[in-house]
Amino acid sequence: MIDVADVSRRYEGDQAALDHLSLHVAEGECLALLGPSGSGKSTLLNLIAGLDRPTEGTVTVGGTRVDRLGEAAAARYRRATVGLVFQFFNLLDDLTVTDNVLLPAQIAGRPAADSRRRARQLLETLGIDRHADAYPGRLSGGERQRVAVARALMNRPPLLLADEPTGALDTASGAEVRKLLIDLHAEGQTIVLVTHDEVLAAAVATRTVRLVDGRVAS
Amino acid sequence: MTAIRSVVRGAQRRRVSTIVIVAATAMAVTATVLAGLLLAASSAPFANAFAAQRGAHLTALFDAASTTREQAAATAARAGQAAGPFPVTTISAAPADAPRFGLPSLRVVGRAAPGGDAVDRVTLLTGRWARGTDEIVVARGHLRIPAGTTLRTADGTTLRVVGEGRSISRTAQGWMTPDGVAAIGPTGWQMLYRYADAGSEAAMTAHTAALGPGVQAQSWLSVRADAAHRTQLFVPLLSAFGLLGLALAALVIGNVAAGTVASAIRRIGVMKALGLTPAQVVRACLAQALLPGMIGAVLGIVAGDLLAVPLTADVAELFGTVPMSVTPWVDAAAVVAALLVISATAAPAAWRAARLRTVDALAVGRTPHSGRGRLAARLAARSRLPRPVGLGIAQPFTRPARLLALLLTIGLGTAAATFAIGLASSLRLVQAADQRPATSADVLVLPVMAQGGGADARTVLDTTPGTGSYYGRAPADIAVDGLHDPANGSVTSGDATAAGYEMLAGRWYTGPGEAVVTTGLLTATGKHVGDVVTGPGHGPLTLVGEVFDGSANAHLYTDVAGVPGVRTGFEWYVKLRPGTDRDAYLAALRSRHVPAEATRVEGADGTLIVLDSLTALLTALLVAVAGLGVLNAVVLDSRDRVHDIGVHKSLGMTPKQTAAMVIASVGVPGLVGGAAGVPAGYLLHHWAVPAMAAGAGIRLPPSTIDVYAVGLLAVLALAGLVIGAAGALLPAGWAARTRTAVTLRTE
Repeated sequence: MIDVADVSRRYEGDQAALDHLSLHVAEGECLALLGPSGSGKSTLLNLIAGLDRPTEGTVTVGGTRVDRLGEAAAARYRRATVGLVFQFFNLLDDLTVTDNVLLPAQIAGRPAADSRRRARQLLETLGIDRHADAYPGRLSGGERQRVAVARALMNRPPLLLADEPTGALDTASGAEVRKLLIDLHAEGQTIVLVTHDEVLAAAVATRTVRLVDGRVAS
Repeated sequence: MTAIRSVVRGAQRRRVSTIVIVAATAMAVTATVLAGLLLAASSAPFANAFAAQRGAHLTALFDAASTTREQAAATAARAGQAAGPFPVTTISAAPADAPRFGLPSLRVVGRAAPGGDAVDRVTLLTGRWARGTDEIVVARGHLRIPAGTTLRTADGTTLRVVGEGRSISRTAQGWMTPDGVAAIGPTGWQMLYRYADAGSEAAMTAHTAALGPGVQAQSWLSVRADAAHRTQLFVPLLSAFGLLGLALAALVIGNVAAGTVASAIRRIGVMKALGLTPAQVVRACLAQALLPGMIGAVLGIVAGDLLAVPLTADVAELFGTVPMSVTPWVDAAAVVAALLVISATAAPAAWRAARLRTVDALAVGRTPHSGRGRLAARLAARSRLPRPVGLGIAQPFTRPARLLALLLTIGLGTAAATFAIGLASSLRLVQAADQRPATSADVLVLPVMAQGGGADARTVLDTTPGTGSYYGRAPADIAVDGLHDPANGSVTSGDATAAGYEMLAGRWYTGPGEAVVTTGLLTATGKHVGDVVTGPGHGPLTLVGEVFDGSANAHLYTDVAGVPGVRTGFEWYVKLRPGTDRDAYLAALRSRHVPAEATRVEGADGTLIVLDSLTALLTALLVAVAGLGVLNAVVLDSRDRVHDIGVHKSLGMTPKQTAAMVIASVGVPGLVGGAAGVPAGYLLHHWAVPAMAAGAGIRLPPSTIDVYAVGLLAVLALAGLVIGAAGALLPAGWAARTRTAVTLRTE
């Protein structure tokens, strides 16, 4: 599903965040990217999500050359293909939980009734339906990350990208999210997971790749 | 100090927002300078110009036949200050390339230089002063003879116009070198006096009498009265623009300053985490706001002083005075006012920043946690609007103070546009009234053949195919008891209702013995419609109506049959039958030796052109200030919410949707500001225009006030949206272009 071929990403000063890295992720796989801070994990995730472009190399997701997409095409690609989960949730605090979850479908112009049905179903599935009309600021960290996952899954993306999904959570909330990811993967969801958390990687991932200085170390 | 410097240095890193802040402040200070100049120029313009030129309290002309140069010079001792004697002559001239276009007689004074004398320092408006005996500088007044024109006098002398000047005391219609006047032959000597006691009619009468019998003297009091009449027409207009400019500038500068501090809060949070004290935060915030503010103020002063040149020239043209030079006190006041407004609006924001918990300051860039704007967000989410538009519309409600400032900015910009368009329409209608006879007819028969009442012309018109209706009109000075000078009358022959003048009261006259008059005549005589006026040369005239002809003067219109003393040439205004070919009709008249021409509307007169350009300049400036105010607010807002923009983009929002979201964020302020600004501009117009007219002694008919059609008002209400959208375009483009990964890293 994902082909990253000989990809480099250099920033100002010629510092390479990724250095001729190649990677393949199969459909239905759950890959955990491990490595110390600055090893290039999040940069790789950004390239797969079409949030950034490589300096060299190609990134292909589901047959789409993501590295060639302009901003508008990348946005459409994200709507259709990618669900993103961030370490700090990135929920919009002036929107209710339901409105946060609905946002990707609304941006994509999906029919309102279908979207509402889907949002309700996701909130029920993730066990946060009682917070549907609450604002994110009132939820615990684990609950907020569940909302973020629901939002990421709203458009039924074939690929879920999670950047340190338990990094900002306490142990109990981290365990909740871990179980959630295991369940999703069990249902066939392709997941690429960036984490420092060896326990999370061991519990969820079918394969782990360790990055050091922008290269695959193991 | 290092910490404060670090906070301030943030401005260098945020180049776009800093440039916007500097530009908005500069534009606002420019508006302040120009508004200040307008208010200064509108405050006693004659008195200021008279003082600046050391105007002559008394202008005396001694007849050269009875008074020697030395005798005239000796009178200087009777005044506090005097200038002269200057040789004076009168010339009748016409442009060399248009000899039939005769000019009125010009009183020309021989003076070596414009500004060196103790009294009446003439201002050179264009060109240069006369150097050779064949050169002349003409006084700019109702008559404009541009530099470069060659004049030929009745005796064949050729004079080259080398410049235009203006004497606030109106001491001459032209100036030559003393040798130039000597060459033509002086007919008198001019002396100019200034007195310590010149404030009353009695004092001026005494000073005139002291010069002896047979001296033609002009008191500054009569010049002042005439200037006041002219000035009063425009003071309310310029004052309104000045006040609007000041209000808008203060609003934009205040918004910029408060926004500058708000945009620095995250950086301040970092510095607080590193140990910055609240007092240091306040100082840093003020410095952060004042630094770009001061740069903007300096740029604004430069731009304001540059723009002041055409502006003050226009204002001087309106007032008939001389252009104000750049006034340092206005510049200084604008800078001080700008810095005061910046300090006053930045201080509360700085105080809030100082008290803000460090952890909250560090969280800036995410959606505010205040809970404000949630209702708007919820309503927008439930609406059928495209989601990016809904998100944008709800966004300003999270910051009510900024929303209010945005509303006021757009409201004032719309009010200025509404006012300006209304004013231009009103003035055009007044102008149209002034040109009414020409615009209501198809053909004008000139008065050459029409001596003695124009029977010949009528015979021709009656027998020429195509003639519809016609009437004759001729100027006549009609003496009216109670008026010092005769009224500027128009006697008519035939049915003159075709002229189409609008009546303020009563009706048009229907026969001899009846008359209609302007408001000026009613005011001057204390008469009312229905009263009877008498005077030498005519029988009693019943005033049956008050007419609006666009003039403030005392005008009287009546049938020629009721004024037997008037024997003058008539112009005949002809309305053709429908379908008549005008050119063929004119040819038919000319073939019978009747000089005729197609009526044409003269180009807008000089005053209207000046007023139009002044209105356009000031409106453009105010709208630009409003647009920059919006730009600044949207830039600040986009910066504040850059992280949220990144989140939206990560969820699939395209650049177009992002731009639409940012532009939609000014939708509500644009609509509401526009909807509020239109009635404000409407009310201002309905106050200022009658005030202008009343100052000039004119009563306006409702048609010149009610100039706003419903459709126009609706379009104007949308002007708020246009100002808002124009101001939001740049930050919308920035938000659309910014790469998602970059915006998401802003946390």
